[in-house]
Amino acid sequence: MNLLTVENLTVTLATGSGEAQAVRNLSFNVGRGEILGVAGESGSGKTMTALSMLGLLPYKGKASGSIMFDGREILTSTKREYRDIRGKEIAMIFQDPMTSLHPMLTVEVQLTEHLRHHRKVSKAAARNSALELLATVKIPEPASALSAHPSQFSGGMRQRIAIAMALACEPKLLIADEPTTALDVTVQAGILKLLHQLRTDRNLSVMVITHDLGVLSSLTDRIMIMYAGSEVESGATSDLLQNPRHPYTKGLIAALPGNSEVNSKNLLSIDGMPPELGNFPSGCAFHTRCKFAKASCKETVPEVLNLSSDHRIFCPINPFSELSNSGSK
Amino acid sequence: MSTILKKLKRSKNANSIWRQPLAVVGISIIAIWTFLAIFAPWIAPYNPNAQDADKFLTPSAAHWMGTDELGRDIWSRIIHGARISLPYSLLLVVLSASIGSIIGAISGYAGGKIDSFIMRVTDVFFAFPGIVLAMAVAAALGPQIRNAVIAVTIVAWPVYARLVRGLILNAKQNDYVTASALLGSSALRTMVVDLRPNLSGPVFVLASLEVGNALLLLSGLSFLGLGAQPPAAEWGSMVSMGAVNFDRWWVGLFPGLAILTAVLAFNFIGDSLRDALDPRTAKALRD
Amino acid sequence: MNEILNLKNVAVEYDRHGRKVRAVAGVDLTLNSGEILGLVGESGCGKSTLGKAIVGILSPITGEIVFDGQKVKKLTRGKRPEHFRNLQMVFQDPYGSLNPRRKIGVQIADGLIVAGMSKKLALVKAADLLEKVGLPRNAVDRFAHQFSGGQRQRISIARALAASPTAIIADEPISALDTSSQAQVANLLVNLVDEFDMGMVFISHDLSIVRRISDRVAVMYLGKIVEVGTVDQIWNNPSHPYTRALISAIPHADGTSFMPKDLPGDVPNPMSPPSGCRFHPRCPLAKAECASNEPELRKLADGRDVSCVLQTAGSQPVTITLN
Repeated sequence: MNLLTVENLTVTLATGSGEAQAVRNLSFNVGRGEILGVAGESGSGKTMTALSMLGLLPYKGKASGSIMFDGREILTSTKREYRDIRGKEIAMIFQDPMTSLHPMLTVEVQLTEHLRHHRKVSKAAARNSALELLATVKIPEPASALSAHPSQFSGGMRQRIAIAMALACEPKLLIADEPTTALDVTVQAGILKLLHQLRTDRNLSVMVITHDLGVLSSLTDRIMIMYAGSEVESGATSDLLQNPRHPYTKGLIAALPGNSEVNSKNLLSIDGMPPELGNFPSGCAFHTRCKFAKASCKETVPEVLNLSSDHRIFCPINPFSELSNSGSK
Repeated sequence: MSTILKKLKRSKNANSIWRQPLAVVGISIIAIWTFLAIFAPWIAPYNPNAQDADKFLTPSAAHWMGTDELGRDIWSRIIHGARISLPYSLLLVVLSASIGSIIGAISGYAGGKIDSFIMRVTDVFFAFPGIVLAMAVAAALGPQIRNAVIAVTIVAWPVYARLVRGLILNAKQNDYVTASALLGSSALRTMVVDLRPNLSGPVFVLASLEVGNALLLLSGLSFLGLGAQPPAAEWGSMVSMGAVNFDRWWVGLFPGLAILTAVLAFNFIGDSLRDALDPRTAKALRD
Repeated sequence: MNEILNLKNVAVEYDRHGRKVRAVAGVDLTLNSGEILGLVGESGCGKSTLGKAIVGILSPITGEIVFDGQKVKKLTRGKRPEHFRNLQMVFQDPYGSLNPRRKIGVQIADGLIVAGMSKKLALVKAADLLEKVGLPRNAVDRFAHQFSGGQRQRISIARALAASPTAIIADEPISALDTSSQAQVANLLVNLVDEFDMGMVFISHDLSIVRRISDRVAVMYLGKIVEVGTVDQIWNNPSHPYTRALISAIPHADGTSFMPKDLPGDVPNPMSPPSGCRFHPRCPLAKAECASNEPELRKLADGRDVSCVLQTAGSQPVTITLN
């Protein structure tokens, strides 16, 4: 049974000019010990999806649909129930390690704080757990690290500390929102390696939110591509990246600097800009930028089209269907 | 100034100054006082200096606010008092804002020793309570409304200097200032062309908040006999007479209320302007 | 192809909480007209500081920077000498690089007005430049906040173009933009370099884009250049262990199970750099001598420069493998 099953999730936010849907009828799963990548440009709704699982939507934000976590419905949780879920069952790390750690508190306090809240352990026991956690995330000299402050660490180290904090109460699902975007490439490689290790050692499920296809390729088992609050394509990582079938996914991959025409310095990009919240085009939101759009694309919201058991798109046109689909399993 | 107006026009309904009830109240009050001040000779029922009636008459139908120690109609004197208090306060603010801004701009852009020196000078000014310093200057210059204005200007300029210096120090760090220099603009040109437009908004807001203060200081000096001289109908000196004749409550109360309403009105306007133009508090207001 | 920029032994210090930090510790570099030189390195390597020193925002404490035959001087309160106005910069932050309270047109026209052109004519030229960077002419009357990040960068580029630059230092010009805008602005820069035969130093931490648009690449580590070569040389056969580590750490977006390799350890504090070769504490191939001798930049047979004892001047590069 899947650890996380999301069905028809819709997130509505209050903006200056009325209500707007940031996520529209989204459905996806995360299995136990699976790493799912959620990809999309800004405005795709990927962060709101994650926040809705933790009850952290902005003021006046509403979520509807169903989120089944570990066998029970959590979308309808009360504030108190969400507090129990956060940290203990689902944990989250964020993009900027500078601002996600408290600058004034020592590492020890930050690591043991919710450990003691959720599990009521003694100070000494919590300290030992903290030392173990720092060792797990490969912080050198854990003992002296405990009494240090976040400002004394580099960006990569801070992110490791944030991961240690997230793991303190042994959650089943870790949500990582752009975890390496602010880091140098060699430091990023270390974090990716760490996340892999954690999945192997602890059967940790991870939901990685990022726009970086390279990170997704290295880290994830499956990928879901989002655009304007809806899914456009999802499937096994290797299949999706090697055989993208939605025009948007194809465009994203073609726009990678490594993929542009060999002898030209010019980078390809998808024409136009991603739509803003509250201003999503009708029907299939991508139709305004799509080379294959037909009249019907403007009218009807696309339904799911299963290309194989683990690869689906939301595009009735399916313009690349005549290409051979290698290895769908 | 035009940018302020444009910004007010452009702002969405939620931010609009007209949506803030306090601002509407403030503007209305000032509008009423301005109207009274302009048309004083036609509105005032009596000549403000005519000592025709009996002294210390209580408020009645003939004299809405009673008469003072020389038999002059207080209501007429209050209306005429607006012709002193309002224009002089505004003049004060214009003077102190201009002087203070220029000094602050020089300090902020020059940096280094010049900046330190100017800041120490402003610190000295800040160390004195405003009214005490104003008293000292006004007394030294001689009791006259013109000298009172000079005195209050001397007291009021440092707050603008500090604001403008801070704004310039902040603005200096922006890349567009560096870009100007790279293109060949001299420091002076950058200051005038690039930085000045960023100053008018905050300075204007500060000035609107300071008008009330200016009025109070001016009235205070007159209250102490250092500002407007008799027989001028100035609110502060009228209050001073009221303090001496406390049992005749109307002599001091009405001029006091005049000062109160005017200062409050300016403060309302200043607060609302600040909230409307400051993006952070504006957001808080909207949500 | 002529040399437009020449740096010799440039070191730059700045003050941090009263202590001096040598962010750039002796750099040699050249830039030719019509070429894009990518300047890459991770946090703390000093590439941004070097960029600022090249245009004169910061002053080097040793060495010299020669632009088109003349030594670059630090910016003063006076007007920047005319000769150096051909050396321009594009900044990273699209929001701080334009004055929010002035119309776009006059900001672009500044460069022309300062050079003596009438305001009227300068505004017309400003509209021309806006067209050149792909924006409508009527943008001259608009304000910065009406434009997106990518458009603002184009406006900044138009402003730099007003000074008829022969060299542009672009300091992370696309890092703050979303992916679509990144491609568009990068393409614009490439086309302008081509059209005006400018030289460009493209400072960036995004190795994929650098690979795409650069002709040559210089790699920096902790204030020093470790390798300079053509893009092909750097990517396909890096001759410095750090370059190799950097390239191996780049993820591949191809759906294979390729795992980028990490480089253990942290960048040392620039206030107290390691003795000898600055990379030696983290270098898997370090020898005993690396702790005491700082290797000089040497020219290899294929034209590139590298500072590592494993490479010999004048010879073909030795292949570097890390494991």
